[in-house]
Order: sequence, then structure tokens, then C-alpha cells
Amino acid sequence: MNLDEILKEAEREFAAAASLPVLDQVKARFIGKSGAITEQMKGLGALPPEERKAAGARINQVKDQVEALLKARRDALQAAELEKQLAAESLDVTLPGRGEGMGGLHPVTRTLARIEQLFASIGFTVADGPEIETDFYNFTALNIPENHPARAMHDTFYLEGGHLLRTHTSPVQVHYMQNHQPPIRIIAPGRVYRCDSDVTHTPMFHQVEGLWVDESVSFADLKGVLADFMARFFERDTLPVRFRPSFFPFTEPSAEMDIGCVICEGAGCRVCSHTGWLEVLGCGMVHPNVFGHVGIDGERYQGFAFGLGVERLAMLRYGVDDLRLFFENDARFLKQFA
Amino acid sequence: MQFSEAWLKSLVDPKLPTAELGHLLTMAGLEVEALEPAAPAFTRVVVAEILSAEKHPNADRLQVCQVNVGEVAPLTIVCGAPNARAGLKTPCALVGARLPGDFQIKQAKVRSVESFGMLCSAKELGLSADAAGIMELPADAPVGAALRDWLDLDDHLITLKLTPNRGDCLSVLGIAREVAALTGNALEGVDCSAVAAQVADTYPVVIEHEAGCPRYVGRVIRGIDPRATTPVWMVRRLERSGLRPIHPVVDVTNYVLLELGQPMHGFDLARLRGPIRARLARSGDKLELLNGEVMEPAADALVIADDSGPLALAGIMGGVGSGVTEATVDVFLEAAHFTPDAIAGRARRHGLSTDSSHRFERGVDPELPRFAMQRATRLILDICGGQCGPVVECGPGAASKAPVDFRPARARKILGFDLDDGAMLGILARLGMTVGTEGASVRVQAPSHRFDISREVDLIEEVARVHGYDAIPAVTLRGDHTMLPAGEGARSVADLKKLLVARGYQENITYSFTSEEVDRDFRSQGEILPLLNPIASQMGVMRGSLLGGLVQSLRHNLNHGQERLRIFEAGRAFISAGAEDQPQRIAALAFGACRPEQWGEKARPVDFFDLRADLDAMLHPRVAEYRPAAHPALHPGQSAEVWLEGAAIGWIGSLHPRLSQKYGFAKAPVLFEIDLRPLLEQGAPRYQGLARFPAVRRDLAVLVDDALPLGDIEAAVRDAKPGLVADFACFDVYQGQGVEQGKKSLAFKMLLQHTEKTLTDSEIEAAVAGVLELLALRFNATLRG
Repeated sequence: MNLDEILKEAEREFAAAASLPVLDQVKARFIGKSGAITEQMKGLGALPPEERKAAGARINQVKDQVEALLKARRDALQAAELEKQLAAESLDVTLPGRGEGMGGLHPVTRTLARIEQLFASIGFTVADGPEIETDFYNFTALNIPENHPARAMHDTFYLEGGHLLRTHTSPVQVHYMQNHQPPIRIIAPGRVYRCDSDVTHTPMFHQVEGLWVDESVSFADLKGVLADFMARFFERDTLPVRFRPSFFPFTEPSAEMDIGCVICEGAGCRVCSHTGWLEVLGCGMVHPNVFGHVGIDGERYQGFAFGLGVERLAMLRYGVDDLRLFFENDARFLKQFA
Repeated sequence: MQFSEAWLKSLVDPKLPTAELGHLLTMAGLEVEALEPAAPAFTRVVVAEILSAEKHPNADRLQVCQVNVGEVAPLTIVCGAPNARAGLKTPCALVGARLPGDFQIKQAKVRSVESFGMLCSAKELGLSADAAGIMELPADAPVGAALRDWLDLDDHLITLKLTPNRGDCLSVLGIAREVAALTGNALEGVDCSAVAAQVADTYPVVIEHEAGCPRYVGRVIRGIDPRATTPVWMVRRLERSGLRPIHPVVDVTNYVLLELGQPMHGFDLARLRGPIRARLARSGDKLELLNGEVMEPAADALVIADDSGPLALAGIMGGVGSGVTEATVDVFLEAAHFTPDAIAGRARRHGLSTDSSHRFERGVDPELPRFAMQRATRLILDICGGQCGPVVECGPGAASKAPVDFRPARARKILGFDLDDGAMLGILARLGMTVGTEGASVRVQAPSHRFDISREVDLIEEVARVHGYDAIPAVTLRGDHTMLPAGEGARSVADLKKLLVARGYQENITYSFTSEEVDRDFRSQGEILPLLNPIASQMGVMRGSLLGGLVQSLRHNLNHGQERLRIFEAGRAFISAGAEDQPQRIAALAFGACRPEQWGEKARPVDFFDLRADLDAMLHPRVAEYRPAAHPALHPGQSAEVWLEGAAIGWIGSLHPRLSQKYGFAKAPVLFEIDLRPLLEQGAPRYQGLARFPAVRRDLAVLVDDALPLGDIEAAVRDAKPGLVADFACFDVYQGQGVEQGKKSLAFKMLLQHTEKTLTDSEIEAAVAGVLELLALRFNATLRG
């Protein structure tokens, strides 16, 4: 074969090689140890010296051409093989992911977390107290003496030995103030218990108590902080609020706080009993007798306390219409709050 | 407290629409709970008189009536009511009338007789449920008068939800006083002027317990007319306050209670034996109450007694044996003051709640009995006739209230806004307080009906209340803020909950009380803690463990179609009633397949070690020790006590087969319950230098007794600290072919490392041999060939 024939032959053979291993075998016939090109090189010695240079250049030129052909063919085969591999490896990416799924928090916990977060942003820390309490912490220290009509409103669960289940989170105020001097800024979330069970009452529910005591914390501060909180909680900058005089033995002046109904926007609906208002928390200025019980100077210090029902806020926030669902722990209900 | 708007407006008329009056009261702290019209709206209904009633020519049950409605000619009206009869006065809806339910009256032909209106039942007018016949009006009803006017139906019923401190508003007069103070309108007085004695009769009264009954006012009225009836206007006011008319004397005492707030009682003089005594109950005392119940008053209950025994539970309820009846001719009237301390709690203890006890528990104006007595006397004489004796007052009267010092500056500081002294003192004066100056402060004497005023803050509240809470500005937060401490090593309960949520667990909140039976199944510490007054026996005791609640939640959810459940709860368990014995815990339960049902993985049931991995993750980076131990609710061979840094912190295991069967689970759920407190202190990380020389791994398989816990081997290696061993962990447990019965093969991965040099082969061999020797010595382990 002359060089031209070799080149033509290589071009044809390479194109005919259907795979990389075949291509490698074919390659050896041209540029291997005993390949056609190599044979041509070996033949150079037989040529007269004056022709050798030109002939050698010519052989190298063809060799380069053959190698270029080889590379092009190799690249093409590799690309084709990658294509094939990719096609073979393709997944049904619409199949679901593998492994454990996610659980979820209880809606009461979500609500509590939100309340804690909002109050933490203005410097309130979280305090805690026991749920089986004594009469002193639940009533007496909160200025609710024995036989006070306010006790009748509390529907208390009693245990042996004079113990009771706390009917509100307010005893945490007493524990905390016994152990800390002002400035005090706490919230106390937790379970409370009342001997009452019907469509709108469960014998256990959650409250958040709040307490801010310093030298000049006033009723105007109470209004500002709580109005701000409700607007942030419901994410409504223009949430109407109102404070009505009320009575709690452990605060004076005392107030009930109403917000404009978040369900009907004040137009009147079943949830707000067609008043346009929702009663959401009780609050007031800490009563001097409470300061007296915990050893804080009520002439120097003053402040406010509040207590709110967590389930009520959760119901309004998430549109839950049956309180009892919170404690049935039905997975179909709970997973909606994940 | 329910009352009629018209009654209130007879004492003070602020000229406000009803809704605005309601708003005024609510915003002054007298919350309006309900406000409803006395009758539903209807028009063109007049008082009519049936002149004649004849059988309808074409219908057996109908009558054709000629009805006088006050016009020139009578109307012909067809009526189906059985009580329609000549001479009866009854409401008539004229043609064009609109009745409740948007029902319009038209001229109509009834079985070919023209009818020009409708005679109405009380039900058709929305006045009561009585639909038995047409409404029968009294004979003196003025024919032609609009029924709404004549029955005063454009009135409203207002129900207040009063707070316990406002006993002074448990009367129409008390509410009127508030309205007058809030609006500045004049208050009409109630005629309580003295009624002079007409006979000399008195009845002896002895107060044996002056602390509880500091004042007893009595009066004899002789010769009332037993046939007298309570006038319509009084019946209407009583009914619109939620009371039924009973007997004119009882109605008058009830009326005075509603009007002035003074509970009174009328005795039948003829049924009294010896002096009236206000005394504490004695053993053996028995009393049949007006509600028919025979009771024995408790030793601290105040009774009104005569020689025959108790006549009434003082301030709470009268007895049947001495009250007025239809036969009563001579009456002994009581208007007494009982202190809240003497009454509070007693009624409730006997399961009673009466208008009287409700008021005395909250306090009644101590000066009121003498006025109420005059008021009641006048009403009884007007209604029943008779002649009254002189008023007899016993007892020292209640101690007068000390004046209260009021500092306007203090009020401004507590309320947080500027209101000048004059405005504040003006408010107090409007509330009937006597205001005088005493040096730098103001001395305020509250009227006797404001017995709730005893300290400065009470006056500050009154100022804020009457000025209006809405008028106090809402101040947005200002001032010096310091950063809150934030311990890096602290972990919140929320962090732990989120970790479990990320591992597939759904949070539950179950009741803190459970049944005694469930508590016995799951409690591992402390005694049963029963509630003395549970709602139901399933909620009769405080839980000693969180596990019972999760097991019951699993039961509930399996019943509702779930097949796989991962749930947790954080909350308190109750070891005892002591404050330190109510640990916060976190508990979890896993049941069903290890993973949610899916295409890509072979299903297998969740087991102990899946749950343990979740618990380990909660503890990470700290490592707990799991010690085989028995728990009453857990499988004895599949349970461990969890130890962390030398303290037992909880339990993990499979539910005991006995309980799985009892609670109806085909397969045992796995559970853990851990004290929260140790999990909340984690410590901040601390850097340690990295080893500069490579570690060498050697694997080691040994044969040991089947029963030997891996933890024992790990503990032994940890304690012995064999040289160069940086890590020692089991990666395979094998039993079966090639391992003799009663043995198991454990394969360990060992990492060997020197801090200062690369290890030689001989050093490595020596280290491995050292570990092997330790295992052989301690556990009789042999190298597996």
C-alpha cells in the first residue's frame, strides 16, 4: 500500500469500527509496532539519502492525518457511549423521595412559640412553675382569700394534703417575684386546669402569664405593649383593640382586652356573638397586696400583669372551631399544623 | 343581673339609644352580656274585645267573632282558638299588621267568610311559648290601645355580667347611680321615707352573732288582705328581671331586692315561736328550705331561728315552715345586714346559689336595711293593706369605713398619663365620695354603698374607669434595653421538639390526668395522686408517666385509620404533689413500619434500635449509657434505663406484651420517656488539636456468651483505656452457622493512633493483643477463627 492508500484504508477502517476496543485493534494495523505506517518508516532506510528527508516528511504527515482520524473517531465513539450510558441511567425523577418524612408541632406549641418570640423581642424571658400548687400560690398570695367569690369562678381541682391544680399561670408571678427583685420582665406559658368540661371548655388548657415590674411601668405601657402584641400576633397593623374595666383580685386597675373580630372584621359573626369584638385577655396593674406577699416595695415599684388563653388565640389564628380537637391528638387534625 | 331598661330609665334617663347605653355600661366595667328586646317587633296589634262568637257556618272548629277594636264598627274575624268567647279581651292584629317571623295580616276569606284581622296567641306575638289559645288580657285592658304601649313591650332586657367587686351594682338603683355618675344625668330617688307606725306591735329579736349579723331590722305588719294580688307593673318588672310572681309579700321583698339590692324576708307572724335569733347553727339543727330540701346547717352557718329551731339559712334561703302563704294575715318583715365573711362559701357548700346569697357574699350596703324596710312597708301597705308596727333595729351596725388618702400624683404615675387634680377629684365626687384635703394628700370618704373602696388603688381604678380606659393613651415601648443573656450551651425544649419533628414525629398534647388503671400500668415512681373532685374517673389521677397518654393516642389513631405512628409529648409527670417532684419530660412512641410506606425501601417494623437512634440524636453530642433494667410498662428483655453523666434520666423499651394485648396492639410499640432538664444543658463546644499522624484501623471478631451485653464490653474497654486505642466500636453481631449455640460473634472496629509518631506493625499487633487479652480475661472471649 502506498501512503495514499493507507490513509484511505485508515479512514474507512476507523469509520467501520463500532466500538472503542475494535477501534484500538484497527489502530494497531496502521500505527502499531507492525502497523502500515511503521512499515513505511522502516522502508526509509532503503531509500537514497537525498530522498529520505522528503519521504520521511511525507510519512509523518500521513501519520498525523491518521492519528487525527483516530482521535475524531474515538471522540465520536466516546460521546456515543456516554449518550448510551446516560440513557440507560435515567431515573423517574417524579418518584417520591426515600426515607423518613417530617412530623409536626402541635398547634398549641406553634402558638406558644409565636407568643414567646414576640415577647422575647422586647426583652421578656420565659419563667416556669409547678402545676400542682398550694392554695397560697394559686389564691392567697394573689389576693384571693378563702371564700372570696372569685374562687368560685375558678372551678378548682383539689388533691389530698391541701394541694390543687393551678387554675391559672398567675402563681408563676408569685414564685418569680419571691426570688427576683425588679426590673422583672417575664412570660410564663403552661398548662392550667379547671373543673369544667363542655363544648367550649376542656378541663386542661394553656395560658401565658406576663409580668413587667419596674419603677414606672404604667397602665399606659400595659395598653401599648398588649395592643402591639395583638397586632403582631395577628399580623394586622390596624387591629382595633379596646380595654374594658374588669376585676381580678391580683390586679388593680384591671381590664379585659378585646380585639376587633378577626373572623368577620367587626361586621358581626357567630364567633364574636355578633358584637364585633373578641375578648382575648385579662390584665391589670399588679395589686399592692401581691407585692406585699412577695416582699417587693409596692411604693417604689409598679407594673402590669396579664394572662391570655392560648387555645383561644390558636383557634382564632388557624380557624379551628372546636376546642376539644386540641386534645384528641388525631393525626388528621395535627398534621395540618406541620 | 338582669333588669328592664325601662325600669332603669325611670331612675335615670341618659337619653341614649339602648345600644349606646349598653356600650356605656360595658366600657365602664359593667359588662353587658345580653341585650334583647322585651318582645319581638310587631305592628298594628291592639287590645280588642270579643263581642260575640258564633260557630262558623262551614267549619266545625272555627268561630266567627265580632270584635271591638275601638273603632266605630266592630270587625268580623274568623278565629280557630277554643277559648275565643264573648267578653274576652285579647290582642288583635289588624289588617296590615306585621307579626314576628315577617308574617303580614291581610284581609282574607276563610271558608267563604271574610275575616278582617287575626286574634293572637302569645306565641304568635313572640311573647311566650303559649299557643293553646288566644292570649287572655285582663278585663280592664283598654280596648283600642296599641298592645305594645299597653304592655310596655318596647322595653329591653339587659343582662350584666358583673365582676365580684361590684356588689353595689346588683340593683337597679346601683346601676342607675353608675349611669348618673358616668353621664352626669340626675338620679331620681326611690321613696324610702319613713312610714309611721299604725299599731304598737313589735316582735323580739336577739342577735347572738353580731360579727356575722351586725344589724337586724324587723317590723310587724298586721292584717294584710290574703286575696290581694301583685299589680301588673310590679309583675312586669319582676318578670323582666327573671323572677316569677309568687305572693304579694314575697314579690315586694323580691322587688326591693332588685330595686335597692337589699335581700329581705317575710315571715308569717303566726308561725313564729318565741324570739327571733340570729345565731350560728347548732348540732341537731334541721331546716326544710323553700326548695324542699331538708338540710343540716354546718356549724359555721348563720341561721335565723326561733324557739322551734332554724327558720332560715341567714342571707341565703328561707325555710318552708315560717314563710308567708296564701293564708298569712300578719307578717314579720326582716331586713338584715350579714357580712360577706358570714355568708361567703356557705351557700355553695350546700349546693345553693340564691339572689340573696349572691349579694351578701359580695357585700351589701350596711346602711341599707332601714331604708329597704320603709320601702317594703310602703309597697306592702299599698298592695295588701294592713297596718304596720314600729321599726325595730337591733345590733351595733357595721363599723364605718375609714377614709382613704388619695395622691393625684400617684394616680398619674400608675396610670401613666396626665389628668389634672380637679378632673380626678370631680370624678370621685360624681361617684358620691366626700373629698377633703388633708395636708398634701386628699382624704376621700366613700359612700356606704361603695363598700369595695378601701385603699388608694381602688380610687385610682375608679378615676381610670370613669374617665374611660379608652381615654388613657397606649404608650409604645421605650427606654433602656439591655441584651438578654443567651447561654450557648443551653438548648430549649423547642429545639428538642424540632429535632424530633425532623425525624418524623408528630407532637401530641394529652391530658395531665388519666384513669387510675392507666396510671398503674405506666407509673414507675411515686404513689397514685388522685384528684378529689375529678370530672370523670378516666381523668381521676395525675399521670405518673407520659407513656400512658401516648399509648392511648396510638389507640385512638389506629381506630381512625392510621397504620403507622410516630408521636411525642413534652410535659410534666407527677411523682408527688411537691413542687420539685413534677419533672418536665419528653416521651416518644413509634409504631408500625420503620419508614413511611414507600416504593424504594423494603418495609420492616420499627424496633428498639430505631427508637434508640432517635433518642441518641436528642442527646448528641453527649452519649448515654443504656442499662438493661425492668420498668412496669416495658418488655423486661427489651427495656433499658438511660443514664447520662452518672444519672438515670429515663427509660426506653418495647411495650410489655401484657399491655400490648390489653390496649389492643398487634405489635408492640417502642417508647421512651426522658427527663427534659438534663437535655437542656449541653455545654458549648471546645476545640481539641487534630492528630498529626494517621490512624490505623484493625477489625477484631470475638466469640462471647450470648447473654453478655455489648455495653459491658464497651464499658470495660472505656474504663481500661488500652494503649493507642482511639476508638472501639461494634459493627457486627452474628449468630448462626459457624458460631456455637449460646455464643455470639461480635465484630469490632478499632482505631489505633499515636499522638507523636506513625505506628509500626509490631506496635499495632501488641495493641490488638492487649485488647484481646482484656476481653479474654474479663468476658472469656475468644478470637473468632
